[in-house]
Amino acid sequence: MTSIAISAGRQPAWRRFLGFNLLTGIVLAVVGWLIGDWIGGLIHAPSLDYFKVGTGENDIGIMLGYLFGVIGFLVGLGFANYPVRRLLGHPPTLAEHESEGEGVGRYFRLCTDHKVVAIQYIIGIGVFFLVGGINAMLIRTELLQPNVHAFGANQYLTLVGMHGAMMMGIMTSGVLGPFANWLVPLMIGTRRMAFPRVESFTFWLLMAAGVVLITTIFMGGFQTGWTGYQPLGDQGTAGYDAYIGFFALVGLSMCLLGFNLLATIITMRAPGMTWTRLPIFVWSVFATAILMLLAAPMLIAALLMGGLDRTIQTAFYVAGNGGSAYLYQNLFWVFGHPEVYIVAIPGFGIVLELLPVFARKPLWGYRLAVAGMLGVALLSFFVWQHHLFVSGINADLRPFYMLSTELISLPTGFTFLCAMGTLWRGRIRFTVPMLFCLAWAFNFLIGGLSGVLLSDVPSDVTTHGSFFSMAHFHYTIMGGLVFTVFAAIYYWGPKMTGFNFNERLAKIHFWTMFIAFNSTFAPLFALGFLGMPRRVVTYPANLQPLNDWVSVSAFCLGLSMLVFLVNLIWSMLFKREPAAANPWNSKSAEWQLPTPVPVHDFDRFPVFDPDPYPYGVEPATGPALSPAGAGS
Amino acid sequence: MSEVNHFRRVVLWWLLATVIATPLVVFVAAPGLPPGNGTVESSGQVVDNTVLLGLSTPVATAVLVYFIYALVAFREREPAAVLDGPPIRGHSTIQIWWLIVTSAIVLFLAGYGSIRMLDDGSGGGQGPNPIASPEGANHALQVQVIAQQWKFDYRWPAYGGVETPTLELPANRLIEFHVTSLDVIHSFWAYQLAVKADANPGVDNIAFVTTKGPMVFNIHCAELCGVWHGYMFEKGRVVPPAQFSSWIAAQQKQFAPATKNLGPYEKRYFPAPQRRA
Repeated sequence: MTSIAISAGRQPAWRRFLGFNLLTGIVLAVVGWLIGDWIGGLIHAPSLDYFKVGTGENDIGIMLGYLFGVIGFLVGLGFANYPVRRLLGHPPTLAEHESEGEGVGRYFRLCTDHKVVAIQYIIGIGVFFLVGGINAMLIRTELLQPNVHAFGANQYLTLVGMHGAMMMGIMTSGVLGPFANWLVPLMIGTRRMAFPRVESFTFWLLMAAGVVLITTIFMGGFQTGWTGYQPLGDQGTAGYDAYIGFFALVGLSMCLLGFNLLATIITMRAPGMTWTRLPIFVWSVFATAILMLLAAPMLIAALLMGGLDRTIQTAFYVAGNGGSAYLYQNLFWVFGHPEVYIVAIPGFGIVLELLPVFARKPLWGYRLAVAGMLGVALLSFFVWQHHLFVSGINADLRPFYMLSTELISLPTGFTFLCAMGTLWRGRIRFTVPMLFCLAWAFNFLIGGLSGVLLSDVPSDVTTHGSFFSMAHFHYTIMGGLVFTVFAAIYYWGPKMTGFNFNERLAKIHFWTMFIAFNSTFAPLFALGFLGMPRRVVTYPANLQPLNDWVSVSAFCLGLSMLVFLVNLIWSMLFKREPAAANPWNSKSAEWQLPTPVPVHDFDRFPVFDPDPYPYGVEPATGPALSPAGAGS
Repeated sequence: MSEVNHFRRVVLWWLLATVIATPLVVFVAAPGLPPGNGTVESSGQVVDNTVLLGLSTPVATAVLVYFIYALVAFREREPAAVLDGPPIRGHSTIQIWWLIVTSAIVLFLAGYGSIRMLDDGSGGGQGPNPIASPEGANHALQVQVIAQQWKFDYRWPAYGGVETPTLELPANRLIEFHVTSLDVIHSFWAYQLAVKADANPGVDNIAFVTTKGPMVFNIHCAELCGVWHGYMFEKGRVVPPAQFSSWIAAQQKQFAPATKNLGPYEKRYFPAPQRRA
């Protein structure tokens, strides 16, 4: 079976379309959808219609359609080959690994090279990031006027939900997908991830999830926002099935990604790469992976119950039938709050990894930084009911959740202290990645301090559910994650692709993005204080000037993203200026390898310097690494 | 370079910035912050916001002043040569003091917030058994807020269980809202009253507010509740007690036929789910 893929390079063009590849995957996805829908039609029973909507949709058929469609897609890509071959008694192989040397084609199929999967992740997530960003532009277009003018109320809510779900679902893997997959094996000195097929599986599952979410457009959309609260979801039209399918697949992908990274970091470190020698970025991946592994199952469970409510007439979330709307809120936020730290902690890791390079100093307070990340990860499981301060659930426990929420600022503060200490008496270079890291510090400071008003029950009463909380989490997530992702792209991008970015465009991108970002989200604090709730399609006329300001700034933010896109396409596809092996004079392991990094990374086990940040000191050992092809 | 005491300079700059910024925040910006001074609870929230912002300001100035100072003072002056800074790997005294100071701020915030909340509930929803009742809660005027898609209705157990489509409240009175929902999750947000309480189906969520003088307040649903969520808003009024008495009497009279057909007053309602035919 896999022999087709291996020898594809020598075959005529028409022959390459046969076999296990993306095209087969798409065909089998459609076939799977039709089979699922057909089976659903056979077993369709009248669903509960708690709200007299009477849509008469066959939710069972839709759910089974998604299930079989996704399975068909993955089988078509070749994920079933290896298990089937093993079941038939064939010896274990890593056959997919050998399809790497084939140029562009490997990016469109199951590939077990961690560097290829990382590039797949960047492009794939980038596409859905673009979709989510366009949704944001459309949302702000609607909010140019106090009354409905561009879209209907239903369309508007679908845009809001898709924007939130894309960003919180797909972008959750925004660092661990591309950068951890690419960097962790190089940083810890191994040639591959612990489970290379699982690594590829998480990527293609995420892409399937994104497509599932987009299908909601054709099924009436969903009105619940990214949180998908029940029983509103029970009431929703077929578009909500797409939401369930999307987030369940994202949850599965996230869980497996975290599991794979944990296994890799724990078991596959090179000899001598002890825990205290791990680069701080690997530690941040480690902390995030724990959260992914433990939090995502909660989401899947909550969505599964929602799916059962909608299809086979259970009533987990229907108060009148013995269920509870609180159940969903609880389960969702048990996942949802670790989720926001899944998004934030990799940003800490990137900043603390990059600051030593551009301040030319060792990381200040390495153990404190590790403690901070692990502390955030641990505490994030004990804060979720601060999302429910005014919901009436467990009102007696509010002082506890207030305390635990505010305690989480201690380990977060460690990250700040380590960043500040690293700058102290350094020799700071204002490169583009450095600028993005410094912007992180500014944005996250504002995001964190505005969080104080949300963590405190009396002031949360007014700010909860308003544009204030919206501004807060955009400062922490967009200001925290997206800025650091761009720092990582500009920093590691030349190494990953082998080509330099245009620096002038990069600087234009940074400054326009930083200014437009603050100009967009700072006024939202004011709008929240002035009484504007989230996710409304109308607002009082006196808030129009402020909303228009925000909308125009948001469009500028969108344009700054276009600058990046132009830079990316121009630099990587047209200019193709070869990157130096170590343009930043970094002393990290991955920069000691040649550019581009050889397929098998290392010829033999690398020997690492005992100090991950040997700035200002001579390296303790000789040549740190033995890259593939260098001979021995 | 080494003669300059950078640490002392940072501290002095921070003191200067803090001395200027903190009074501006505490005395100029924060008192004007919403939700205003219309009720006892909203005044309380303004005090709370002032304390939180007053504490946040020195923290913000510390980080900002440090970053600005470091970026200026420690910038690379010879970019052509790749030179490293001194290999400083930490400073245990600073780390310990950082931990002590941030812990003290956090513990103060949590303690202060808890005490303020337990004082009168701060207008937030507290579920069926409120732990923070203001004094005189036994004599509070009970108003049931019944949310449904996409409308709030108000039921008055003290006035024969009449249900009104609009909300008027007497001035200078302790009000006890009982917020519940008939379908999905809503949130009753009376902005100028400083009241926010989620309306959950099958849950009685209690929130207290003590009105002051007459005023008009905005009510908005603050939890996404379906297509017309954006249109689920209205205005309520706080009126003098005499005016309230005549208003509620008129409402009782107007809605007398409807009241007869309503079910008995209950803390929670469970409309029967429908099955598709």
